[in-house]
Amino acid sequence: MATATRKRRLGRQVAIVGAGLSQFGAFPDKDSRDLFVEAFQDMIQTMDQPIDIDDIECAYVGNYSSDLFETQGHTAPIVADWLGMTPIPITRIENACASSGSALREGAMAIASGMYDVVLVGGMEKMTNLPTEGVTDVLASAADGLYEVPAGLTFPGIFGAIAKAHMDRYETSLDHLLKVGIKNHNNGALNPKAQFNVTIRDLMERRMARAEQRGQPVPEWQTELDFLNDDRANPWIAWPLRLYDCAPITDGASCILLVAADIAHNFTDRPVSLAGIGQASGKPLHDADELTSLSAAKEASRQAYEMAGITADDVDLAEVHDCFTIAEIVASEDLGFFAPGEGPRAVDEGRTALDGDRPINTSGGLKSKGHPVGASGVGQVVEIYHQLRGEAGERQAKKSKLEVGLTHNVGGTGGTCVVNVLRRE
Amino acid sequence: MPDWNKPLPTVVGETRAYWDACRRGQLLIQHCGQCGEYQFYPRGICAHCWTENPGWVAASGKGTVWTYTVTYQNRTPGFDQGPYVLALVELEEGVRMFSNIVECDPREVSIGMAVEVTFQRATDQISVPYFKPAG
Ligand SMILES: [Zn+2]
Repeated sequence: MATATRKRRLGRQVAIVGAGLSQFGAFPDKDSRDLFVEAFQDMIQTMDQPIDIDDIECAYVGNYSSDLFETQGHTAPIVADWLGMTPIPITRIENACASSGSALREGAMAIASGMYDVVLVGGMEKMTNLPTEGVTDVLASAADGLYEVPAGLTFPGIFGAIAKAHMDRYETSLDHLLKVGIKNHNNGALNPKAQFNVTIRDLMERRMARAEQRGQPVPEWQTELDFLNDDRANPWIAWPLRLYDCAPITDGASCILLVAADIAHNFTDRPVSLAGIGQASGKPLHDADELTSLSAAKEASRQAYEMAGITADDVDLAEVHDCFTIAEIVASEDLGFFAPGEGPRAVDEGRTALDGDRPINTSGGLKSKGHPVGASGVGQVVEIYHQLRGEAGERQAKKSKLEVGLTHNVGGTGGTCVVNVLRRE
Repeated sequence: MPDWNKPLPTVVGETRAYWDACRRGQLLIQHCGQCGEYQFYPRGICAHCWTENPGWVAASGKGTVWTYTVTYQNRTPGFDQGPYVLALVELEEGVRMFSNIVECDPREVSIGMAVEVTFQRATDQISVPYFKPAG
């Protein structure tokens, strides 16, 4: 009885009718619960119709490690209490950096089952209480303590190894990686919620101005690539990855409101449907078939495309999990947007830029918007929701057809991947 | 004994045989008598056919670099003294493991390079397997 490859569908259709994001950044005065409330307020204030506190029947929140970051366990009911939503059932979902992607999936299935009509899903992470080495220790606890930690495995190290494999197999260069960062900062500079809403060029020029002010020798950088290739400005973290190839440490929260599609019009005239959802697990990297691809991402996107009845070519724009610049390139190939090895050329040609034919990470991505790990998956959906509704402001994607969007959320080093296909109704 | 301040594994249950062998200078991997597959990490069942307690064989200790990175920043004690080569090594038997390439300049490492295991004694109980250029 082989059931693993059975074609899957939701028992009934699910729509998104509201989306909110907290400010992303470092906020010493806020706990994860406060950040979640901020995201929730953003959602209710931007919804087309007001909702009542009694409308929400159930909730799922993604969170990687309030236990280690904040010394606070059992965070889900705290969130319900903070929002005055007790006694509704609320459950915390942990899947590393894909925690809220998985929370969204649980919420969708709760509606599809027929049990609930209105479900709140989101995510939150408060990371900056700990010093950097503490944060990297918590993140490294996703690695295997028995066999990997004694080898000095770090997240940048793993993605550095993936980058090296991609460079060895294809014509991928260090500049391709840096160009992903430049592009995402160009987008993030237009996103008021972004942690680093500043372009790489602005960062470079500020640094030159500061040197001049202090009477120090002014670096002779002409282009962003000159700046990013300078070891002093952009040190190596795990060759071939430099500092600006890595997403930052971030506090933040995100949430969306899911409803049964047949009541969506009670909330808005412009719902966005959850046309396809996919989630898969992947082996640890040492056991992977290849290093230039994440098998869980391929499988999760296959599921999501099949459920939505589309192919990769139908996707108009995407938010992908760029925890490191190389990860965006690998994602763009795993999702089928570009053939294996063609991702770097698409970056060169500007195809993934805001005015390209396949915009990726219009929000700034994890790189520039920030990466509060448990909030990132739903944070991506918030961006696609606004893009498909044409309300993304200055960073609205320029292409004329914007009907189908995709999110790609990775946990760990590919142990989990969640892919969602969203469609404007 | 050298001063060892890198993190150490907590040796438990079914992986004790692996670490015991490392202490004796031998790299053990699992080999399922039922389906013939090699397996790493060691565990209580064969992940290919669910046979219980797959057997152990000594690996040759020879392999090649599958990919690698030169890690410059890791504030973990023992790894904070300058760049080191974190590599994925593919053993002759086909299984792969994360390790470090030692006894060579990081600039001399390349994908496909032949390497062999070398054990570094951390404590009386634990020796950690690393790899060096094949001699
Ligand atoms: Zn077997």
